[in-house]
Amino acid sequence: MCAKQVTKKPAGQVETTGHEWDGIEELNNPMPRWWVWTFYATILWAIGYMIAYPAWPLINGATPGVLGASTRADVAAEIERFDAANAEIKAQLVAAPLAAIPTDQALMAYAEPAGASVFRTYCAQCHGSGAAGVEGKGYPSLLDDDWLWGGTIEDIHLTITHGIRNTTDPDARYSEMPKFGVDGILEGAQIDAVVEHVLAISGQEHDATLAIEGATIFADNCAACHMEAGEGDPTQGAPALNDAIWLYGGSREKVKESVVYARFGVMPGWTGRLTEDEIRAVAAYVHSRGGGE
Amino acid sequence: MAFLDKHKAIETHATLLLVLSFLVVTIGGIVQIAPLFYLENTIEDVEGVRPYTPLELAGRDIYIREGCYVCHSQMIRPMRDEVERYGHYSLAAESQYDHPFQWGSKRTGPDLARVGGRYSDAWHVDHLTDPQSVVPESVMPKYGYLSNREIDGRYIEDIMGTHRLVGVPYDDAMMENAVADFVAQADPNSDFAGLQERYAKANVSNFDGQPQLTEMDALIAYLQVLGTMVDFSTFTPDASR
Repeated sequence: MCAKQVTKKPAGQVETTGHEWDGIEELNNPMPRWWVWTFYATILWAIGYMIAYPAWPLINGATPGVLGASTRADVAAEIERFDAANAEIKAQLVAAPLAAIPTDQALMAYAEPAGASVFRTYCAQCHGSGAAGVEGKGYPSLLDDDWLWGGTIEDIHLTITHGIRNTTDPDARYSEMPKFGVDGILEGAQIDAVVEHVLAISGQEHDATLAIEGATIFADNCAACHMEAGEGDPTQGAPALNDAIWLYGGSREKVKESVVYARFGVMPGWTGRLTEDEIRAVAAYVHSRGGGE
Repeated sequence: MAFLDKHKAIETHATLLLVLSFLVVTIGGIVQIAPLFYLENTIEDVEGVRPYTPLELAGRDIYIREGCYVCHSQMIRPMRDEVERYGHYSLAAESQYDHPFQWGSKRTGPDLARVGGRYSDAWHVDHLTDPQSVVPESVMPKYGYLSNREIDGRYIEDIMGTHRLVGVPYDDAMMENAVADFVAQADPNSDFAGLQERYAKANVSNFDGQPQLTEMDALIAYLQVLGTMVDFSTFTPDASR
């Protein structure tokens, strides 16, 4: 079919366009057939495409196309398809009593990987991709059995749902440590003494005389939340001070900083952003990391 | 086809060629661009979308100045994997007061279209000051100096005026209180009732944890509002669009 075009004609016999510039003529060889037919095919394709897919802008919207293509509808359908695939196990997870989840192997087989993926997406930025937290920066490790607000799965579930000390969720866990130094509740010498007492109960090197003085100050000012022996109180988010696990650092300087300026760690609430089954999955995942009570 | 033979006239007159080329490009441009100004799915009005507060607007300018858009997009595409990771896909209305919009096209870092409320203010300070301290695998540069650069909002009214000029509905009360609102938003002890009346659900907080007002405050105020204006528990976009 192309034989005629492929055969080259000797110069002089080829039709010219009639343009002539300074004696140079422009030849008018026809386009190769395959090229011409491909060109016609693309035009036909474009017509078919305009009929099948949204194309022409009209008064309020574009022509919808006979295939009814819509990215919004597509994504909604795809999300629904994946939700449906796990609908049964998700319903079981939501219906189950929280306390029963960690021991239910069938539920955990779903909740642990599902929770892990939620954790890596939403929690890892603060608590670390391995859930070890950031030591000394106020992002607690979730791997140990030292819990600020309780380590049962119910406690973890509540913490994730509403968060801690945020302004967006009225049900967020809340407590506020007084700024003992900044607000002048304790004097400089008293703060130094109480810091020595905290170093003493956490088994660190300390000044024994100052620590004895600090013990009374601790009992009067700190024990209400951190408890008499400094064992902490998870009902008000008061960390234990009698162990070697520190949220903001356990050195003399860091403890003093905590007493003078106080700490106010905030965690966002996740209700609204995560669904109930996702919150339960990630609670089960965190609970299973080793320290769950 | 005697008409087609006239092309010699066009090809030999540079000015005519220029004028006619411009005409063709203009028609192509109008066909592509004009419908975006009236098609319902591009001008959809969504409840909750409001202009940025003065402090958020200043933070947005810092976001642009620091080139955050080079590595972070603000556009969640309607695809399942994106929706699962970042939240509801972005709506055109959510960028309606962005001049210019910050959709971006490169994700070295994650999309930020719905980063608001996802992390605490203190996390943002830690993360902007030294990203690797909280996310060891991050390649983000450090922006700690923002905490040292104090701001007072002295030009914010002019900036708002410029945005008003291009269609952002800042009203007279917003303009008059620009500096007061600017300062109030970063001070939880201030009288911020007026601010929240003018800008619904404006987030008032001492964002950077320091007594003075800094660029860190402004940038975090901006980050904390991103993607939070539309309440998707009460609004479901029309799927046919």
